[in-house]
Amino acid sequence: MAVSLKLAQVGRECVACGSCLRVCPRGAIHIRSGVTAQIDSGACVGCGRCAKICPADVITIVQRGAGE
Amino acid sequence: MKRKWYDYLWIAELSYWVLGLCNILFAWLGVLFFFIPLLMAAIGGNKIYCNRYCGRGQLLGLLGRKLSRNAPPPRFLRSYWFRGGFLAFFMVMFGLMLHSTYRVFSGAPLRQTVTLLWMFRLPWQWADVEMVAPWVAQFAFGFFGVMMTSTVLGLLTMVLFRPRSWCVYCPMGTMTQGICKLRQGKEDVTCGGKG
Repeated sequence: MAVSLKLAQVGRECVACGSCLRVCPRGAIHIRSGVTAQIDSGACVGCGRCAKICPADVITIVQRGAGE
Repeated sequence: MKRKWYDYLWIAELSYWVLGLCNILFAWLGVLFFFIPLLMAAIGGNKIYCNRYCGRGQLLGLLGRKLSRNAPPPRFLRSYWFRGGFLAFFMVMFGLMLHSTYRVFSGAPLRQTVTLLWMFRLPWQWADVEMVAPWVAQFAFGFFGVMMTSTVLGLLTMVLFRPRSWCVYCPMGTMTQGICKLRQGKEDVTCGGKG
């Protein structure tokens, strides 16, 4: 499968609520130690569902390589 | 995705409201919603309660599908100052509620009102609370007010912003994340010491 050119990125003010976990079609997100959401860059396809649902608005979709 | 039993915990949240409106003494069940997340964070070092088991979050998520504007929330909502400040304010109001419970325990008369948004006293005279001690009933009235206030705020921000906007400044979420940060800090120090 072709690698997506986009990737989700989580900001520092993540509240670790887990809303993004429920909508990720690839299961590419997990909550690290109850502190922040973490994206598995290998699995993320940059679809943006997590960014749309994030209640804190701290997830952005970036070009791969730009902010990794 | 196949649904699990915990995906239906929004029913527990709804049941709490139905039971509490039928008999205010069921407000005591809400104490579970306070202690379980804290215990899970303190013992497990995670926010799995918020992530998986929070019935209120699920309910807001479900209602928000139809009712939310899905607009990005203002930046201040997620700031450490606002979240910490709201937690502090909430704890002060919670302390005042405990104080009024103590006053009734000490002999002051029971006030059969539920305080909404810390200002509005809703009359609740129909409640039959004679089977318990007055302070037990007073705590139930106070606690139901706390739960109702947080739910109204959650519904308001659900409509105005994104479905689970309440989760951003939920005092329980702020506390559990704080516990996790403290634990993580300790672990980092321990690992650093070993390295």
